[in-house]
Amino acid sequence: MKAWIPLLLRFCLLVLLIAFLTNPLWFEPLLKPLTQNGAPAIYNQGSLLSLALLHLRTVAIATVAAMVVAVALAILVTRPVGAEFLPLSRSLVNIGQTFPPVAVLALAVPAVGFGEKPTLIALFLYGLLPIFENTLTGLTTTPANIVEAARGAGMTGWQRLLKVELPLSVPVMLAGIRLSVVISLATATIGSTVAAKTLGEVIIAGLQSNNLAFVLQGGLIVAALAVLIYDALSALERMAARRMGQVAQAA
Amino acid sequence: MSIRFDKLGVAIAAITCYGAFVAPFATFRANRIVAGEPRSIIEALPQPLGLVLLAILVAAGLVALFKTPLGARLGGSVVALASLALLIGLAGSHLTPEGNTFARISPASGFWFLIFSFTLLLADVLTRLELSPVGRVVVLVAAAVAIWLLLASGQWDSLSILKEYANRADSFWNEAKRHVQLALGSLVAATIVGLPLGILCHRVEVLRDGVLNVLNIIQTIPSIALFGIMIAPLGWVAANIPGASALGIRGIGAAPAFVALFLYSLLPVVANTVVGLAGVPRAANDAARGMGMTGWQRLTNVEFPLAFPVILTGIRIVLVQNIGLATIAALIGGGGFGVFVFQGVGQTAMDLVLLGAVPTVALAFAAAIILDAVVEYLATRKSAEVALA
Repeated sequence: MKAWIPLLLRFCLLVLLIAFLTNPLWFEPLLKPLTQNGAPAIYNQGSLLSLALLHLRTVAIATVAAMVVAVALAILVTRPVGAEFLPLSRSLVNIGQTFPPVAVLALAVPAVGFGEKPTLIALFLYGLLPIFENTLTGLTTTPANIVEAARGAGMTGWQRLLKVELPLSVPVMLAGIRLSVVISLATATIGSTVAAKTLGEVIIAGLQSNNLAFVLQGGLIVAALAVLIYDALSALERMAARRMGQVAQAA
Repeated sequence: MSIRFDKLGVAIAAITCYGAFVAPFATFRANRIVAGEPRSIIEALPQPLGLVLLAILVAAGLVALFKTPLGARLGGSVVALASLALLIGLAGSHLTPEGNTFARISPASGFWFLIFSFTLLLADVLTRLELSPVGRVVVLVAAAVAIWLLLASGQWDSLSILKEYANRADSFWNEAKRHVQLALGSLVAATIVGLPLGILCHRVEVLRDGVLNVLNIIQTIPSIALFGIMIAPLGWVAANIPGASALGIRGIGAAPAFVALFLYSLLPVVANTVVGLAGVPRAANDAARGMGMTGWQRLTNVEFPLAFPVILTGIRIVLVQNIGLATIAALIGGGGFGVFVFQGVGQTAMDLVLLGAVPTVALAFAAAIILDAVVEYLATRKSAEVALA
């Protein structure tokens, strides 16, 4: 296959997605056969575009929070001060992952109420593991000779971390963030069962009124967003890896 | 001799202080949906038991705070957790007015903080003990037996979650059966289809990217949408294929949930089979070829056994994921523990939510521990064999 074909496909997907979000009525004839008894084919209880933006906002807030905590935790447990926490933090983050999203959402409701907050908590918990594990891998697999060279150049522990270890871990870290974002995009839809404003609202409205067109459009928008974001982050990762590869070779 | 603080212990002691002295221990509600009133440890328990519990908590908190031997920390956390578990039940019967069947007593934030801090201590001890896989399963079974004994003894019967259970005992076990059927059944189906598919992808390179890409895209479809999308094709099958509806295939209910879970399960199984087979050392394959093994013999005697731990890791991911996702089945009438969760959210009856959520979390947790132990057991045995050979 030629290299530009996947790129063209992605571009078409992006154009389709933007067209659907801004002018959903253009697509009504396509979805009409999926409805029964003259039900509306396009979600009509709110704008798809604003729901998509709210969806992305929820995912972005949760991912940034998970990123800050996971990276800080990974830095802490790889320093001599926090080394004794390494096994425990590993098992805790793993345990967090076994909690089903629906359970986390439902249990968070009595503490923080309905709406966006329980969703943010669930997404945050789910985002932690991939970022933490990958940052840990990045920080613990920095080639020993590079760290030695930095020490030899007279860098303090703090300087080594900021100028050598963290930059070299960026590609692996980005891979973790990518995983975490894709998981969060899908999980955020479940947040609508506790009244969060996400694209899940469209799907749930479809399930409740037995309207397959709603379910399908909600699901496909989320899937398209996930595919596009996944690809964009992969490209960013390859760029970072290339840069880091050059740095490592130069050193 | 100098006194030294344990770093984690400082956090545990702080949470314990907050949970024992500041936050409420139990919540009293006049009926199941009104807002609750907080009760502290002293108010919630008959004297002198309240003071005894406080003394135990303070002692266990001190054991955690300082650098103490692992045995003492293990003892401290187990004693604290056991007394919390026993006494919360007592708080239930103590706070319920005589003959009142509407009042609901549930554990409040203080109780959960205390459980969290001593579970953290226990988890730390168990991690530091570096238990063998068999040891971890033994600890899990011991904890399960202890909880079962508490439930069977009726010690917790006056707590709100068990009152919800008492009202729904029959449907609880039906939904439990359905939940396990959905999670395990779709896993078995995905393994039966996914293993050959993975082997095929390993052997036929042209197929690999295509199959993995399709499965990857299925994973990006949100679970509630995939469950919903399955309604249409299965409804068509039920209406148009003779005998399908007699088998219980319908547009809504367990059938679409089963298919959706099956589709989600395929990627980890296929991907891990491919990765596992790709990781088989070339030398092992060449040696087998040199001994005159056929392709099928190599697969069953060499490649598959060597790849098995990786494949099992995929199955572990699927099982834990499926136990959680099966709760979504309730949204399309497929049953499972999600029924209680979504009913509870709808009625803002949190005890009902807990009745669905707690067993789901416990199942997922137990499945993760058991399968992790099996994976590690197989991996260590394998490396021992390699070392011997």
